[in-house]
Amino acid sequence: MGTGMLLSGDLGFMIEGVFSFYIGDTEIWITTSHICLLIVLLVLTVFALCANRAMKKASDVPGNFQNVVELAVEMLDNMVKSTMGKNATGFRNYIGTIFIFILFSNISGLLGLRPPTADYGVTFPLGILTFTLVTFNKFKHQKVSGVIKGLCEPWPFWAPINMIGDLAVPISLSLRLFANVLSGTIMMALIYGLLNWIALFWPAVLHVYFDMFSGAIQTYVFCMLTMTYISDAIGE
Amino acid sequence: MFNEEFILGCSAIGAGLAVIAGIGPGVGQGIAAGHAASATGRNPGAKGEITSTMLLGQAVAETTGLYGLLVAMLLLFVKPLVG
Repeated sequence: MGTGMLLSGDLGFMIEGVFSFYIGDTEIWITTSHICLLIVLLVLTVFALCANRAMKKASDVPGNFQNVVELAVEMLDNMVKSTMGKNATGFRNYIGTIFIFILFSNISGLLGLRPPTADYGVTFPLGILTFTLVTFNKFKHQKVSGVIKGLCEPWPFWAPINMIGDLAVPISLSLRLFANVLSGTIMMALIYGLLNWIALFWPAVLHVYFDMFSGAIQTYVFCMLTMTYISDAIGE
Repeated sequence: MFNEEFILGCSAIGAGLAVIAGIGPGVGQGIAAGHAASATGRNPGAKGEITSTMLLGQAVAETTGLYGLLVAMLLLFVKPLVG
């Protein structure tokens, strides 16, 4: 242990390859991110199936599980409605889905997984999804003339800068989520790797902060910004 | 021209310098929290809304500091300068 270990990247927070296979001539690695992503998806699928079955035979006096599901759905709906106003109906499903997915991905660090969102290959597609939605809604609601008018906002020669500003949205969104989760993962790996003799009970407090609090905040921020950008694109 | 150890050492110094970017978000988040505290003092009824606005603003302000962290991580682990 020492500087050599720090520099060679042997600490436990790097993405590691599990196995690889060939398609044609290209070698494709299945990494820890893929495995953790699959585990998260599996848990969410099982949860969704259970929730579906519970809601099929829903009763007026809700049981425990039905209560939890109703509470979560109501909370997500209220969040979307309070931010997007009258545009909320079309986006409740998407925002709710992405919220639950990012939340579970961030919290999976608690269970010893490497959070899938600490991989830029996972967060960048999320940013691209937001960008696609924003651009699609812009062209749908403002028409081509409105988009061109928005690009030439103060003066016509401002257009390249506005365009760069639009293109920076998915990059900054995905980098924010990625770097936040990655910093938490690195902190926990440093504590467990370098202080393993005295890291006995107190890292639990740090897990609460880095995995749960920070993860929940970043999930909220990602969804909030997505909703704000989409509302902006829809306009009045 | 330079040997690898020298470049790695300089990369480590550069990574340390890049993380100084954390000063800015620290000050900014502190200012946001202070204003949120005074706003809560003036209008205790709106505590929940103030807190969520503050957290959103702080998380956005944090981004620049995280870019510094990313630069440090790239210098330390991706080693772009080692030819």
